[in-house]
This record gives sequence, structure tokens and C-alpha cells, in this order.
Amino acid sequence: MLLQLHEPGESPAPHDSERGLAVGIDLGTTNSVVALARDGETEVLRDADGKGLIPSVVHYADDGTVTVGSDARRMILEAPDHVVSSVKRLMGRGTEDLKTLAGTLPYTLDVAAEGGMVRLRVAGRTLTPVEVSADILRAVKTRAEEAQGKSVDRAVVTVPAYFDDAARTATKDAARLAGLEVLRLVNEPTAAALAYGLDNAAEGLYAVYDLGGGTFDISILRMEKGVFQVKSTGGDAALGGDDIDHAIAERFLAERHKEHGIESITAGEAKQALAAARVAKECLSGRATGDWMIEVDGKPSRHSMTRDELEVLALPWVDKTMGICRGVIEDAGIEVADVQGVVLVGGSTRMPLVRRKVKELFGREPLADINPDEVVAVGAALQAEALTIGSDTLLLDVTPLSLGIETMGGIVEKVIPRNTPIPVAMAQEFTTYQDGQTAMAIHVLQGEREMVDQNRSLARFVLRGIPNMAAGAARIRVTFTVDADGLLTVTASEATTGVEQQVAVKPSYGLTEDEMANMLRDSLVNAKDDMASRLFAETAVEARRSVLAVQAALGADSDLLSPAERQDIDAAIAGVDRAIASGDRDAVTAASEGLEAATKTFAERRMDRGIRAALAGMTVEKLDDALGSDPVKSA
Amino acid sequence: MNAPAAAQIVSCWSCKGPVATRALFCSVCGAVQGPGNIDHFTRLGIAPSFDLDLDALQRQYFGFQKRLHPDRFASKSAKEKALSQSQATSLNEAYETLKDPLKRAAYLLNHLGHPVDLTACGTINDRELLMEQMEKREALAEATSPDQIAKLAMQAESEVIACQCHISAAINASNLEEAGHLTIRLKYLAKLAEEARAKKTRALRLP
Repeated sequence: MLLQLHEPGESPAPHDSERGLAVGIDLGTTNSVVALARDGETEVLRDADGKGLIPSVVHYADDGTVTVGSDARRMILEAPDHVVSSVKRLMGRGTEDLKTLAGTLPYTLDVAAEGGMVRLRVAGRTLTPVEVSADILRAVKTRAEEAQGKSVDRAVVTVPAYFDDAARTATKDAARLAGLEVLRLVNEPTAAALAYGLDNAAEGLYAVYDLGGGTFDISILRMEKGVFQVKSTGGDAALGGDDIDHAIAERFLAERHKEHGIESITAGEAKQALAAARVAKECLSGRATGDWMIEVDGKPSRHSMTRDELEVLALPWVDKTMGICRGVIEDAGIEVADVQGVVLVGGSTRMPLVRRKVKELFGREPLADINPDEVVAVGAALQAEALTIGSDTLLLDVTPLSLGIETMGGIVEKVIPRNTPIPVAMAQEFTTYQDGQTAMAIHVLQGEREMVDQNRSLARFVLRGIPNMAAGAARIRVTFTVDADGLLTVTASEATTGVEQQVAVKPSYGLTEDEMANMLRDSLVNAKDDMASRLFAETAVEARRSVLAVQAALGADSDLLSPAERQDIDAAIAGVDRAIASGDRDAVTAASEGLEAATKTFAERRMDRGIRAALAGMTVEKLDDALGSDPVKSA
Repeated sequence: MNAPAAAQIVSCWSCKGPVATRALFCSVCGAVQGPGNIDHFTRLGIAPSFDLDLDALQRQYFGFQKRLHPDRFASKSAKEKALSQSQATSLNEAYETLKDPLKRAAYLLNHLGHPVDLTACGTINDRELLMEQMEKREALAEATSPDQIAKLAMQAESEVIACQCHISAAINASNLEEAGHLTIRLKYLAKLAEEARAKKTRALRLP
């Protein structure tokens, strides 16, 4: 007998026509890019001048005006203390992390705040990295809407594969603030591989080498039977072309100070030197030598550099990426020779030194046909289309870092090891160490090291109400759940009493729900309307789904109803349709409840019939056939 | 698995009609169902056995994930998204357990009513196994040349494979007691093989 197959996408989704476009967004450290896919054809959405890159730079004017992109970047020289750049480096970072970053960032940080999320001081305002990123995403959204003349409300947003839970949550929050529903967070290297169509390429292993402005990622992907799996990822969230820019800028500044005999560096000077360094690096990809000028406070200085000199400065950073590559290859349990192709991503891979080194390590010419600055957004757009209209390719991700909790002696007990396929739920049992202990502190950590203080602290909470028992008698079950986006939820429960506590892991470095709500309120004037319309859309989707379910049930079992009963149900369905048309969320909720009440008896009779049929001696196999079973054929 | 047929019917959360507990989708309204409490073998649609065709296992896993992964429900209602996430989570758990010979052996023995506790102890009760493991660890610790290490790594690897063959034979002969001992042995062999492999990689990387 043929199994009756029901595609999840089979029941029509009429709400899609009234939704806006779904785009792919590469929210980069230096630049952001937005692309749209239609029928598999992708297009990078550009401004009037044809530029695809939107510099991830935000200018905050004293009057509250926010400018994003090239215009903001130009303001770096005029008003450096009003401009924020490279904010992605701070996503999900806590004030504790700043000690390692202090001095390397071109803006003032609010170090007064104890613990919690980093805050920036810009133009007299205090901003979180989430808010700054949301401003960038708003500009990206506007760019896409202007290019397409349609509203854009959903997106696939890419993140470095190495981003931890806090950074992923921060990214999702930023999108929410910007009025975008995140269909899925996709790892940047995976998106790049999709852009190259590796999901349709020969089965095997592929590497994606991504050296962007502020992050480095290396991923080993496995493509098999239409499933794209991230086998292993590694990287450094604070290593990239910016480091090379800084190294060049430092050299320029040293030369300048020698020439003019100045002691201290002004903010303006530092930013000018950085801008010159960036230009120098880009020029030296195509030329062997060049000269650059820095002029601040009427004092010009000239700096010359050869490509060889640049490569000496850049080599330590590039070598560091090669070391990480070797580690990831080993982690994946494969040999370099097993890798069938290498994709280059990120503007910094334009450097001849990088291409040479990559070729040396993998023993093959890397793929670099698609603009390395745009390739991630192109892949994200393809994935956005796949998620909204369906596709044959499936992306299976893994946890980038191990997740665990603190136990006695400051040792980390891993609950979910890194490179575990997600979504995943894993539990571990712990016990009390003192007689009569009624509470237990749960400290959630992320990282590979054995000791608590060497790992990233994600959250702390306390499980209370443990019954008074002897030490070691209580059984505390801690469950870690990671969803398909890599976001973690932790639940702790005591087995004998069922006392339970749950936290979505956000607090340590993220925004609390209250903060989010306030920001949503403060952000755009129409944020409230956005929220309301999204809530209505969700309710309407749910109501339409119920109607379709009832109609399907009527198609199967309408003989169980008298004409009068049938009329009641039809009237209730019409009521839901009317409520949806009215646009009133409460009316839809009420009408849905009405439909549920009208179909209660019908549902009971259907269950009775099903159970009677089962008791009439059908075998389990036949029953499965009749009631829907495994939709996958083993053959 | 031999429960009466009637116990295998639940009400579909969406259309409220009857649906088999094992069903992934309701045959009437097409809504995705929850993962239900079924064993890993049933979940992946394969017969319980230690001798699995790993390619077939992976095909089954990918096939189910393609239907049930949350990405397939990106524009669906919140309830359907949540159910698909539980389904995908259960599939991952089943696949991760069954694809690993050690976890598979322990799971299958438990499934057959002969539980093996792999997590309980760092201590070995079996004296013979203890002595053997101590000797092998010493040999690995003392090995310095890449050739020596590579040889030990290969030995450890082949012992792992031999032990798996013995487990398979014991289970097929319904000698679950023996299979249990061998599974504990496999745990130590696998650990040793892993350490030998890591040492080999380190030795090869050093100039």
C-alpha cells in the first residue's frame, strides 16, 4: 500500500502574498550587503551609484539624526566622536571582555557600567551595540525597499560561524529592533558555499576561508544528498583585515610623529591614518608600491610602502588564520587532501598574500569568482528564498562552542560538546553537596577550557525550593536546549518535587526583555504599529491554519455530522474569515475560539471512530497506514 | 512496541481527529505532529540491530530531517515551528546515538532489556581489562618516534574494530551478558584509540 504523504508545505499559505519581501543580509563588521533572490536568480541591491556595499558605520548627530553608510564614514574625519564603526566586534560582548579590546577600538566605551552589555558613548548618548546594529539594519532595509519599491519585513541574516550564543542573540535582537523578522541566522561560510552552488556540486568536503574586516572564520562543510552540514567550524571573532589596517596605521603614525616631532595622537589623526592604511592595503593588492598622504591640522605627511613591506606587517595575522585552519581540519577528523574545494570570502582575501597562503595549505586554487564582499549576502538571499518557498537543500548546523555548567572547584562540566548538530537538547544530572541544601546556583558557560574562569560566562540563575535532603540525595536535572539558530535555553528541575526553572540565556551580555521593549518603543515612531501588525499577522496565520484543518476534517469525516451541525461549523468558518478581513486581532481570536467550540462534538466523534476502527482488530501497521505514518520511504 | 493498537492513537492537535502516535504528519489536515515517545530505531525507520548500514542510517536521518527541520516551517505558525524543532531535536539525538558504535551498543542492550552503565565509573571492575589497559597506556606514553606512535594508533584502531565484531556476534547469539562486558571494553579501547590518534597528529605536526 502506498503511504499517504503530506508535505509540510502542502496546505496553502495565503498569508505569504500579503507579506513583504524576504531578503538576505550580510551584516558585516566593515560593510553590510543586502541581496534578493527570485527563482534562484540573485541580485545585490545597490544604491543609485551602483554601490552594493553599505559601510557598517553610523553617525549620530547632536540633533538626534542618524546617518548610516558612506555619508557616516565621511564624518569619521570631521566628527570622530559622533561616529561608530566596527560595532560587530562588540556584539554579545560584556564589559569584562573590554579589557582585551581596550585601546584597539576607535570609539569611547562606557566603562562605568558594571557587568552586563557593553555600552558606547556617542554624541552624548549611551548606546548598546544592538541599537547601533539595528540602525545599520534599518538602513539596509530601507535600501532594499527603495530598490524594490516593496516593503521588506523578513530576512536571513548571516553571522560568523564562531559567534557564540550571546552574539547570535544580540544579532537577532538588532533585527527585531529594525523591524525585521529573522527567518534564520545562517553562518557566513555556509551562505558563501550556497552562493557558489556547492549544494548542487559533487558530494564531498569543502572549506570556506573567510577573512573579513573584523572576523575570521574557517568552516569545513559537508555536502551529501541535498543536505549541507557544517562539519566543523573555527575562527576568531576578533581577527581580520582591521588588524592589518591598524598595523599599517601604526607604522604611518610612527613615521608621521618622527617627521613632525609630535608626542600624542589625536582621535582625528588616528582615524585619518586608519583611512590611509585601508587605501594603501587595497592599492597594494594590485600594485607593488605606492605613496599615501595624511593631513591633519595643516600638517601633511607622506608615507610610502611596498607590497613586500605590507606582507611583512600582515604575515603574523595571516599565519594565525592558517594555524586555526589546521586545527579545524584536525577537529573534523579529516586530512587536507580530502577537501575538494576552497571558497574565499571577505574583502581581505583580495590580498595576494592570503590567496598564496590558502593555495599553499590546501594545495588547490581557491574559488574566488564571486565578489568576495558580496558572496555571503548572495547566499543568504538564496536561503531566504528557500525558506519562504521551499527547497531541496537543507542546512544542518552544529554548536560552535561547548556549553556547560560550573561544578564544585570551578570546573566546567560540559553538557553539549562543540560540533553537536542542532537543534539539540541534552540533560545532565547534578546533586547537592550539603545536607539540607535548598537552593542551587546554576552558572552556564561556553567554551572549551576546563576551568570556569577561562570560559565565557553566559548566564547565572538559582534553582530554589529543593526539598530538605541529605547531601547527594537531590537529583537536579539541567537541560540545555539549542534551537536551529544556535540560541540556548536552560532548564533546571529537581526530580523528586518537580520544582522547575527556565531561562532563555540572555541576561549576562544581552538585553533583557524589558530593555528590548523600551527600545522598541523608543526606536521608530511606527514601531508600535509594526509590532501590532506583526501580532495580527501571527494570529491570522494561526486562524487560517485552524480553518484549513477543519475543512480537511470535513472532507474526511463529514458523514458524522447532521445538516444542522454542519451549518453551525460552516457559519463559524465564515465568522473567522470575516474577522480576519476586519483586521481586528481580538475579533480573530474570538472567532477562532468560536470555531473550536463549534467543532468540539465533531472532533469527539472522529476520535471515537478512529479508536473503534483500531479496536476492530486492525494491525498496528495498517493503522499507521490509515492514520499517517513515516513519510520517508526506506528504499 | 507490542502495546494494544488502541493505545497508539492520539488526537491531532490541529484538526482534533485521530492520528497514530508514530505519525509525523496528520493524514487528514497535514499538520506536523510531536515527536512522541518512540525508540531511536523506530524513529529513524530501521530495524533494531547492532550491525547497521551507516549509509542507510544517514539516508534515513537526512530524509526525515528534510521533512521535519524547522527551516521547513519558517513561515508556519509558532506551534508548528515548535513541534518541528522537537522533531528535529529527537532525530538528532537518535542519529547521534545510533551512528556511534559505543553509544549504539549501550542503547541497543538497554533496548533489549540489559542495561549497561557507561557513565557510572572511572574504575574498571574487570581485572584483566584493567591490566591490559594500563600496559597499553604505558606503551603509548613511552612511545616517542612518529613510527612507534603510528603503529600503536593502528593497533588500537584494529582492536576497536575487533571488539565491535565481538559485540555484534554476542548480540546476534543473544548473549547479552557477554555483549555488556564487551561494550564496557569498547569504551576503554575507543578512548585509547582516540588518544593514540591525537598523539599521532601532534607528532606529525611537529617538525
